[in-house]
Formats: sequence, structure tokens, C-alpha cells
Amino acid sequence: MVKPKVLVIDDEPDFLETVVKRLRKRQIEAAGVGGGKEAVRLLSEQSFDVVILDLRMPGMDGLETLKEIKKKSPLTEVIMLTGHGSVESGIQGMQLGAFDYVIKPADFEELLEKVNQAAERKMLHEERLRKA
Amino acid sequence: MEEIGGYKKLRRKIVITTLCFAMIPLLVVGFEMYRGFAGVYETRVMEDLRRMAENRRYAIDLFLEERLSQLSTLVYTQSFDQLKDEEYLNRVFTLLQMRSKSYVDVGIIDREGNHVAYIGPYQLKGVNYSNEEWFHETMRRGYYISDVFAGFRNFPHFIIAIMRREGDRSWILRATIDTDIFEAMVRAAQTGQKGDAFVVNRNNVLQTTPRFGGELLSKMDYPVFQRFSGTIVEQRDLGGDKALVGLAWLKNKEWLLVIKVESFESMMPLVRARFFAIELIAGGVLVMIIGALFISRVMVRQLERAEKGKALLDASLIQSSKMAALGKLAAGIAHEVNNPLAVIKEKVGWISDLLTEEEIAKSENFAEFDDAVRKIDYHVDRAKKVTHRLLGFARRMEPVREQVDLNRLISETIAFLENEAHYRSIEIKTEFSQDLPATVSDSSQLQQVFLNILNNAIDAIGKSGEIIIKTGFSESERELYVSVSDDGPGIPNELKSKIFDPFFSTKEYGMGTGLGLSISYSIIEKLGGRINVSSEAGKGAAFTIYLPWITDKTV
Repeated sequence: MVKPKVLVIDDEPDFLETVVKRLRKRQIEAAGVGGGKEAVRLLSEQSFDVVILDLRMPGMDGLETLKEIKKKSPLTEVIMLTGHGSVESGIQGMQLGAFDYVIKPADFEELLEKVNQAAERKMLHEERLRKA
Repeated sequence: MEEIGGYKKLRRKIVITTLCFAMIPLLVVGFEMYRGFAGVYETRVMEDLRRMAENRRYAIDLFLEERLSQLSTLVYTQSFDQLKDEEYLNRVFTLLQMRSKSYVDVGIIDREGNHVAYIGPYQLKGVNYSNEEWFHETMRRGYYISDVFAGFRNFPHFIIAIMRREGDRSWILRATIDTDIFEAMVRAAQTGQKGDAFVVNRNNVLQTTPRFGGELLSKMDYPVFQRFSGTIVEQRDLGGDKALVGLAWLKNKEWLLVIKVESFESMMPLVRARFFAIELIAGGVLVMIIGALFISRVMVRQLERAEKGKALLDASLIQSSKMAALGKLAAGIAHEVNNPLAVIKEKVGWISDLLTEEEIAKSENFAEFDDAVRKIDYHVDRAKKVTHRLLGFARRMEPVREQVDLNRLISETIAFLENEAHYRSIEIKTEFSQDLPATVSDSSQLQQVFLNILNNAIDAIGKSGEIIIKTGFSESERELYVSVSDDGPGIPNELKSKIFDPFFSTKEYGMGTGLGLSISYSIIEKLGGRINVSSEAGKGAAFTIYLPWITDKTV
């Protein structure tokens, strides 16, 4: 299976750095940015299959970033990292088109699982579009 | 405690004010009405007396006038020579007596005072009256009505004498008036049981026989009155009694008619009316007092209830806002803790990833590294559970209508207090009904109530004991129930009704607000349920919460 290209967005540097390292160890192409603004800038230069997005960030917060990503690159799937499940922002995120959410502190295996599912869905969508 | 004193004072104030405002008009009106009535009545009585005195005086005057006129006619139509013949005189006398038996006797007296002819029951013929005052008065004035006197016959009588000058002769016709008739006229004015009437002359010598206090011809113990016209009615203190007297001087003789009516007797109806009025007013006052006491008690109780209700509402609002603040605080803390936890988890995961590399796997301390990494991950998860629980609690601060699984809610609540209970050697057992249906309610508020009751149970036991939590439902009653029973010291009977009162607490000062149960009570009430407590001193306590089984969220 093609390994997806993943962008991680989180304002906590240690967290960000470690997640990216762990992804790369599993041969997943991963990049990390510290905030929504950088993410949007990066997305205009490169494309990613899956985005792991922390909802609680200073400056441009998670939901705004999600909207921007969906605007710029609607096929990119977004997995939200939230402090507690089914909080209003989590539900809102789903309504705005996020793929799923994971509760922090996250179980890495669970996170990986969701990344793969998200990547699959993206592939399916792209194929459908190509056929149409 | 000072609350109670304040209410007593308020009650007293209300009673006193009400009574003052109510009684003053009542008393004033009562008094004025009585006074009015009394005045009218007294006037009436005095008017009656005046009229009676007038009537009597008129009657007596008329009587005397008639006699005078009768005798005058006689004197001027008969001659001395005719009348001195006793047979003739007798016929005349009989004629006189035909119309009215007013005369006792009749006699002719000559210029020298000799009784020349006499018709009557006494032996008076030949008696000489030249030394008698009446004789001189008659000769001087032409006619004379005497006072009552004993005279030669030694019997009280009074005479009317008329003088006639016939040519160069003057002679007197003298008649004795029947005092019985006269007395009868006066006696008619003696009314009631203590009333009296009599006639006195200028020197207060009785001319008639009074009912009380004097004999005929004795002097009456009386103030002497100057002659006046008309009738006087006045209050007099006579012989120890208060009396109303009517006084009238006769026109034809200097005699004073006195009619005496005893004050008390004539005023009896008034006195009775006064007692009646007093009884009525007393009755009214009593009713007013009872009414005022009753009303004040009712009002103050209402006030008390309203104030307590408001205090409870205030306290519950404060509690709510405290809870909300607490919730925010908890959420903040949880989030702050979650972030480093997330980092730790990733870092340790990274170490774990690296440990799979061959070189490190061969190192001596690999087993230790491996174990340490696993343990770190485990305890991070443990910390995560705590923060998530905190976040769950904080999230539910907003009132909400949602499906609630009571069993789960209670389990979560127990989790909060698990450590505390364990530390105090208190075992919490659950007996949940497995088919307990979900109901629509407010889980945050319910959790608040369960926390409160569970906390109370733990505090009641103190150290070492058991708490049993049961859940169940009743199809017929359409309600679910949760019961929390502990084996603590229990609640004595006299306190059972007070435990839900706001600010009631058996804890030491500063420990607890006394608000927990009263707020729980009102929360459950608002959710449509009720809380029961059953307990006996020494045998623990059981709190049972009943909730309505609601399936429709739109209710």
C-alpha cells in the first residue's frame, strides 16, 4: 500500500517533533508545522494526503485551520486531535469535513490506523473524480 | 436563632398595630354612640318628668280653681240669712256634693268669727275662729286657701274660705276640702318603685303624704326654693340617693309640687344599655384580638416561608455559579495536564520504537529499558483517565436534557470518590438493575446530587463501613430509583424533617455549608422526582432518589 504523505500541525514542539519522527520510522513521509498559518502556506506549495491537526492552538485555531485546508485542498483528509471527545469543537470539526478525531494523549497505533483509513478514502475519492 | 426572634417581634408589631387601628375606631364609635344614646335618653326622661310635673300641677291648680269658683258662685248667689239656716245650708251642701265629693263640710262664719251654721261630720257649730289666722286672712283678702293643718278637729285638712260683704254685713263661707281626693291626685305622680311625689308649702312643710321620708305636716329635709314660674327638672342628691326632681309652684296657692324619680330606677334601661354596649364591645375586642393574632401568624409564616425560599434560591444560585467556576477550573487544569501527558506518551513511544533497533536490543540494560518504557506508558494512561474524568465532569455543567444511563453515571461518580473511600476503609458496593432503562434528564445535575449524597454517606460513616448503592425501576409507577444506604450512625427522628432545610448541618462550624441536601432536594424536585430518607438512630441511613421515567426528549 502506498504510504501516505502526512502533515502534522501542533503548537507543542516536543510533541510535534516526536510524532513526525515516529511516523518517519514507519516509512511514512511526514512533515510538521507549529501553527495554522504555516500549514496553509505549506499546503499551497506541497500536497499532503492526510493532516493530523491539533484543535487547541493559539493564533489561528484548529477549526479555522480546518476550514482553510478544506478550502485549499478539499481532498486532503484531516484527523483532529482533541483534549476530550465529543466536545463542541470535535463535533463541529466533523461537520466541517474532518475524517475523525483522536483524544489526547493519543494512542499511536490508533492514530496510525486512522491515518491509513484516511489515506484510503482519499485514494477512493481521487479515483472517482478521475473516472467522472 | 436570631431569625426566630425577629419573626416574633414582627408578629407582635403586626398584632399591636392592627389592634390599635381596629380598636380605636371601635371604642370611639361605641363610646360616642353610647354618649349620644345616653344624652337622648336622659333628655327624654327629664322631659317626661317635666311633662308629668306640668300635668299634675295643672290638674291640682284646676282642682283648686274649680273649688274656688264653685264656692264663689255659692257665696254671691245666696244670702247670709238664707245660708245661716242649717236646713237650707244642708240642701246647698248636698247640691255641691252632687257633682264632686270634694268637700268634707261647709260652714258659715259671721263677722265676729262665730261658726253660725255648719254641715259636716264634726262638732264645730258655735266655735269661734276670731283668733285663727285663716279668719283674719280671709277677712283681709276676700278669699283664702289654707295650708293643711290639724285644727279643732285634730285631723289634717285644709280649707277654702270666701268672704262676702253684704250691705254692712260681712260673712265667710268656709268649706273643708277632702284631702283624700287631693292626695290621690298627687299620689298618681308617684311612679316606679322608688318614685315619690308630694306637695310642700313655702316652709317645706308637707301638705301631702309622701311615700318615703316624711309624714304629713312634718318638715321636709329639703332646700328651700324661691318661687319660680314654670317647671324645673334637675338632678338632686336627696337623702343619700341621686334623684331626678320635677318642681312646680302652684298658681293658686304657694305650694310646691315635688315629683321625685330615683335616678337609678329611671336610668335602668340606660344602665342596661351601657352593660350591653360594653359586652358587645368586649366581644368585638376579643374577636379582633383573635383575628389579629391569627392574621399576624399567617402573614408572618408566609413571610418566613418566602424568605426561606429566597434564601434557598440565593444559596442554590451561588452554588451553581461556584460549580460553574469549578468546572471551568477543572477543565483548564485537565487541559494543561493533558498536553505534557501527550508529549510524555509520544516520547516514551519513540523510545519504545528505538528499542526495536538491533544494537540497543543487544544492550545489557535492554530489559530494564523495556520495562521502564512500558511502565511509563501505563502510568501516563492512568493519569489520562483522571484528566478525562475531570473534563467529563466539567463539561456537564450546562443544564441539558439528554438520555441518561443512571448506572453509568453512578459508576463515574463513585470513581471520583473511590480513593477517599478506600483511604477511609469504606467499601462501596453496587447492586445495579441490569435492565435499567435510560431516561431523559440532566446528567450534570444528577451527578451533583449523587456526589452530594455519596459524600454525606462517607462522612457519616467516618471510618470503616459499607455503602450499598442500588438501582431499579417500577413500570407501574413509571419511575426509576437509586438508593444509597450506609451503616453509619443514622439520623434521629427529630432531625429527619430538618435535614433538607437550607443551612442545616450537623458538622462542625466551617465544615460544610449545610446546603448540599437542600440543593439536591430542589434539583430532584425540579427534575420531577423526589428524595426519601429512612433512618433510625444507630442503624444507618438510606437515601432513595426517585426519578420519573421520561422517554420523550421534547417533554
